[in-house]
Amino acid sequence: MATIEASVPSGAHASSHPKTGLWSWITTVDHKRVGILYGATALFFLLVGGLEALLMRIQLSKPENDFLSPDLYNQLFTMHGTTMVFLVGMPMAVAFFNYIVPLQIGARDVAFPRLNALSYWVFLFGGLFMNASFLFGAAPNNGWFGYAPLTGTAYSPGLNMDFWGLGLQILGVASIMGGVNFITTIINMRAPGMTYFRMPVFTHLALVTSFLIVTALPVLAVALFYLTFDRFWGTQFYVTAAGGNPYLWQHLFWIFGHPEVYILILPAFGIISDVIPTFSRKPLFGYALIVFSGILIGFIGWGVWAHHMFSTGLGPIADAFFSVSTFIIAIPTGVKIFNWLATMWGGSIRFEVPMLFAAGTIAMFLMGGVTGILLGSPPVDLQVGDTYFVVAHFHYVLFGGLVLGIFSGFYYWWPKFFGYKLGHGLGLLNFWLFIIGMNMTFMPMHFVGLLGMPRRVFTYPAELNLATYNLVETVGGFITALAVLVFLLNVLRSRGGERAGPNPWGGFSLEWATTSPPAEYNFSAIPIVRSREPLWDAEEGILAVTTGEPPEPIHLPNPSFWPLLTAACITATFALFMTNLWWPPLVGFALTLLMAINWAFEPTGH
Amino acid sequence: MARCAGRSLGALSIGLSALVAACGADRHPQTTLDPASDIARDIAGLQAMIFWWILGVLVVVTAVLVYVLFRFRHRPGAPPPRRIHGNNTLEILWTLGPAVIVALILVPTVRTIFRSYQEAPEGAVRVEAIGHQWWWEFRYPDLGVVTANQIHVPVGRPVHLSLSSADVLHNFWAPRLAGKRYTYPRLPGPGGERKNFNVLLFTVEEPGAYSGQCAEFCGTSHAHMRFRVVAMGERAFDDWVADMGGGGPPAAEEDPGGIEPEDDGASATAQDTVARIPSDARVEQGRALFAARPCVACHAVQGVSQGALGPSLTRFGDRWSIGAGALANTQENLEAWIEDPGAIKPEAKMPGTRVAGGGMPPTNLTDEEVAAIAAYLLSLK
Repeated sequence: MATIEASVPSGAHASSHPKTGLWSWITTVDHKRVGILYGATALFFLLVGGLEALLMRIQLSKPENDFLSPDLYNQLFTMHGTTMVFLVGMPMAVAFFNYIVPLQIGARDVAFPRLNALSYWVFLFGGLFMNASFLFGAAPNNGWFGYAPLTGTAYSPGLNMDFWGLGLQILGVASIMGGVNFITTIINMRAPGMTYFRMPVFTHLALVTSFLIVTALPVLAVALFYLTFDRFWGTQFYVTAAGGNPYLWQHLFWIFGHPEVYILILPAFGIISDVIPTFSRKPLFGYALIVFSGILIGFIGWGVWAHHMFSTGLGPIADAFFSVSTFIIAIPTGVKIFNWLATMWGGSIRFEVPMLFAAGTIAMFLMGGVTGILLGSPPVDLQVGDTYFVVAHFHYVLFGGLVLGIFSGFYYWWPKFFGYKLGHGLGLLNFWLFIIGMNMTFMPMHFVGLLGMPRRVFTYPAELNLATYNLVETVGGFITALAVLVFLLNVLRSRGGERAGPNPWGGFSLEWATTSPPAEYNFSAIPIVRSREPLWDAEEGILAVTTGEPPEPIHLPNPSFWPLLTAACITATFALFMTNLWWPPLVGFALTLLMAINWAFEPTGH
Repeated sequence: MARCAGRSLGALSIGLSALVAACGADRHPQTTLDPASDIARDIAGLQAMIFWWILGVLVVVTAVLVYVLFRFRHRPGAPPPRRIHGNNTLEILWTLGPAVIVALILVPTVRTIFRSYQEAPEGAVRVEAIGHQWWWEFRYPDLGVVTANQIHVPVGRPVHLSLSSADVLHNFWAPRLAGKRYTYPRLPGPGGERKNFNVLLFTVEEPGAYSGQCAEFCGTSHAHMRFRVVAMGERAFDDWVADMGGGGPPAAEEDPGGIEPEDDGASATAQDTVARIPSDARVEQGRALFAARPCVACHAVQGVSQGALGPSLTRFGDRWSIGAGALANTQENLEAWIEDPGAIKPEAKMPGTRVAGGGMPPTNLTDEEVAAIAAYLLSLK
């Protein structure tokens, strides 16, 4: 253990940067603080998106209900999807990337700390911009997939889809900058000895995810530029009367949209690939296979998009091709599940809350995975596609896989973030309420879909005889919401609890080699890595983590307010399109350039 | 549902019966589990086959997970587990296992894909389904019949449905009969009418009324874009076509091979049988009002008006609903609808008596006039 203690910073090198107060958060470029900002913001939007879901569930709790107007319902389901994908799923993963990845690879920060802060502020402003639409009574209302030509001015003349198109464009800017940052960080900033095949799987999948982000988001950007040009400047990319083809949007959107699914789910896979070995006290089984299957999923994920379009009539050859590719992607996904099970096999499993969430992730994701096989068959899609069966399927994938995985990460790394564990009892309650709530909500949706209820309808006739299922779903939705409240209560109750040591769970990766929470510079000395489980090597007396030379004064980037100002100008540039004048966006762009110049000449001295 | 369980679909039904008390169509009119056409039956069979595979995978893997969690839970004093990093044989086995299963699923899948794109055989009833925000227009190009939200087809003869849209994307879904496909707007330019065209081909097995609806979000009142397929015997179908003012279809018993008739536009012959002379004075008043007021600008009634912007109202009294599933078709409901369609079906593109709608000014009809028009429309049977 001596080697571990040696790498814990003594505090002697604490920097002179302010550590508390609003200003310190506004100007922070510390990856850990940016991570916490990302996480807190994503959690806030999780509550917003959850509230939208509850309102929809109230509306659907009985047939022919008039709790919500059709247009408000349409706004809510659009914003629920958009929020959960772009304002919760992706930023929550980025929150973990921010906090954990530099620690896991033994770095002091990300490669571009100010760019990192800029991504966060752009994300925050983009999210607020999109939600500001509610204040105008004009939230986006054409679905998170925004199929043309409904999104054109001919059918959606209001501000709704302007908010959507511009808001997503802003969020895309944030995501792409984040992706570039993490790719650079992981490739260039690994500690000595941290080869690619010694990186924890979480970091590995963060790398795959980042590549998917920088390649997939630009496709969405192109699709959105066409839409924005159509709406503001009278181009006719999607205007059918002028020969624009609606298939163009569908293909572009899903070429982005399917890699996006893996952008959302791979980070959760990464989290549980770290949690399961820790609590089984056994290295990850088939590390190479899990990593390669992750990379393979990243590649094949680009060749399956048209399975979102099986009822659009692409023809038998295209349907068959995309069906084959979809089935093929099930194989590496199955391999991951088998390897997680094999990791636990023969282990010594401790049922701490993170482990329960990880096991729950496997079980629930499995449910979503097998219904995905059903949906991968085009003729079956002719029936259950665009019904509640699909809603059930992807909520098992994204709630069961992503959200449970994220909560596993919360409970696992919380002591690293804040220095104390979240309460065990409330954690158990949180877990079981989630499992009961989500299954009550989403299990009946399979039957509702098979029995004839399409998606995205604000109401349904009593003659379909689906009222009971829908009522159960609504009750389940409220139980799920209660689980989130229990989590928040746990956060409040656990504050300032017993101090957790550097490695409270007996974890194997480098983030556990420093204090909880880590000092601003993470490690007093950059560790040297000799295996995949450096901390377990240390326990067994093998000298795996060493402290290297005594630390020099550690250079850290200065706090900066330019990221915040630049983000404000980027957001304004897009938002000013809504004036429908040519010059305000140009002014916004000029201001953005001005900020960038100031940023470039900001002194970086000590 | 004995009938439901007895079919090839039975496998799936039994599997679900623990949770789904009844999967039959008399309880759930839009069920996918009680097919009533050839293609729906094919799809349901494939669906059931895949269901059993995935149920097996789900049960086995979940059982292993539960076993592992209990068997290998932490026991105080037990020696620490060995640091095993993997096993190549196992990895190969559990890569091949899923590969074999997906291959087994793929073969019937591809076969059914091709079946779902079959060409229309000779003698098929050709129908054009055109999606509008938010109602369905049905045209029979060979029979000279136009109707809305309710499609009549003969039992036992293939129905060839070509799908298109007048505005945004819609999706025609008749769960018990045909599955679903998107409708796309026709593209302008040479050959544009043939681009983006989707087709559904199905043969209904038994007479009955089958419900369906638009399955792709298409704007505010998407939930109220429903339709009904009424399947009837050949003779009843011929009568219906004649009543709708259509030209005579080829009589099935005379021509079992079935030759597609030419569309010679000869639809005037049956006009007298339509819009039968109503006896009631109020109905007569309604008929005069309908013809004199703006109604006719948008709505066609065979033999009375030609309007084409809104749904055809020929034989409206036979329709199962008002506003594509928004309301049951009764005198009271119809009066309420004519007074303010937007209150019942938001953004319906039709003006009310006191409110503008669909770009048209209010109709300014009095309550009495509304009642007369409603009575007239309901008399069209």
